[in-house]
Amino acid sequence: MTEFLMPSLGADMEDGTLVKWRKKSDDTVKRGDIIAEVETQKGLIEIEVFDEGVIEKLLIKEGEKVPVGTPMALINPDGAEVETKKEIASMKKEVNLQPIEEKAEQKVMEKSTKEIRIRVTPIAKKIAQDKGVDLSQITGTGENGAITKDDVENAIVQKGERSKTEKGEKPVEKLVEVEPEKTGAQPSEPELYKIEKQPVEVKKERALTPAEAIRSAVAAAMSKSNREIPHYYLEKRVDMSKAMAWMKETNRERPIQKRLLPAALFIKAVASSLDEVSELNAIWENGLQLKNEINIGFVVSLRTGGIIVPVILQADSKSVGEIMEILNDIIPRARALKLRSSELSDSTITITNIGDGSADKVFGVIYPPQVAIIGFGNITEQAFAENGMLGIRPVVDVTLAGDHRATDGITGSRFLGSLDKYLQNPESL
Amino acid sequence: MNEEEIKNIIFQLLKKIAPDTEPSALQPDENIREVLNIDSFDSLQFIVKLNEKLGIEIPEEDYGKIPTLKSLINYLLAKLKSQLS
Repeated sequence: MTEFLMPSLGADMEDGTLVKWRKKSDDTVKRGDIIAEVETQKGLIEIEVFDEGVIEKLLIKEGEKVPVGTPMALINPDGAEVETKKEIASMKKEVNLQPIEEKAEQKVMEKSTKEIRIRVTPIAKKIAQDKGVDLSQITGTGENGAITKDDVENAIVQKGERSKTEKGEKPVEKLVEVEPEKTGAQPSEPELYKIEKQPVEVKKERALTPAEAIRSAVAAAMSKSNREIPHYYLEKRVDMSKAMAWMKETNRERPIQKRLLPAALFIKAVASSLDEVSELNAIWENGLQLKNEINIGFVVSLRTGGIIVPVILQADSKSVGEIMEILNDIIPRARALKLRSSELSDSTITITNIGDGSADKVFGVIYPPQVAIIGFGNITEQAFAENGMLGIRPVVDVTLAGDHRATDGITGSRFLGSLDKYLQNPESL
Repeated sequence: MNEEEIKNIIFQLLKKIAPDTEPSALQPDENIREVLNIDSFDSLQFIVKLNEKLGIEIPEEDYGKIPTLKSLINYLLAKLKSQLS
């Protein structure tokens, strides 16, 4: 029996709400079928199934919100009815993309007696002890989420308001077990304390607007990246004369609906360069894991703020025209937050293209667990010297941010060199 | 098709692309893309839609000739006129 799990659509996804089952028990499904619609921080996503078989049972109800990795349905593979081995099929690989730390946070959100660590300043801890405040119930606003004196005082005020109507709170001594305070510690420095967390009901949170949900997804992924990934940055100026001339020529022959944008050429050039410098087409999870498929995430900015990163699967095997067709299809749907699960999963590198008329350079923040992000700035006319001659040429500044745990500057430099070579020979793409 | 009709079509198409903006508030000499915050992708979509609505094909080399409402309307009027003649 195969468990169909709530998929992870990126490091920033914590949970999803099943809005609608598109299949029912006893339905036969095949790879690529839409099994459900799930509301996520990235909009209403059509979830595809990766297994063949017959749906044995739907495990969760419409309207239910479950963490990533939760079994949603049982699928019986064809002709293997008595198979008892618990098999987590191909969805597992996406679930694995979910960072361990995020999973831990989800568990805390549920009913849990797991031990968690809380950062709290010594003065805040003292007040909490004196006033009997449960630190595990407070969200810290200090550095790295540390609970500050203000947080505790606010909690006391709120508690005071609540206790007007309810009585009989548990003594705090049983809830909080604090490590002995270090004598030499600075009074303001946050420290870690272990706290046995008592079972708590999941708080009913106000539903986020789509824009807020996206913002918080971006915040989570980028904070994680900045916290964990030691970035190195490289930059290369690339002469775009030949690429732009090729595009102009190509577009002249194309109907207006099929005209190319530089973005399609950039995506293809990145894919081809990754064929040569495969160390950057990878993820970092307990070490460097190279990926065979070149799946390029392409940053799409939303008008309401925030970004969403749909993926162009196996971009190296597609022509520039095919990539443009995918962009024509995927960008409007990304902006409308109407993507399929396969269009948000499995990207192995990200491109951010700040576009024309905007900033000259963009230095990206790596989308974990990937190990590189390529940034294309505005194509501008610049003085460009070559072979002892100075000329005015269209130039793009290409940047690369690499994960220094995974690769070194020399690798990134080889990649940018390869990219330059392809953009000087656009007809080869 | 007169200037007013073309203007209305432009506003409709821009409103679809940038629903959070008010294209009809555009001044004749304002840069459309800058004011409405339209990127190169949406800009191409706009030109595709203009083609579908008006049957006018704007070649890539003319993109620079139509940055404002005024220049775009004049460009489209001239194209329509030359199509009729």
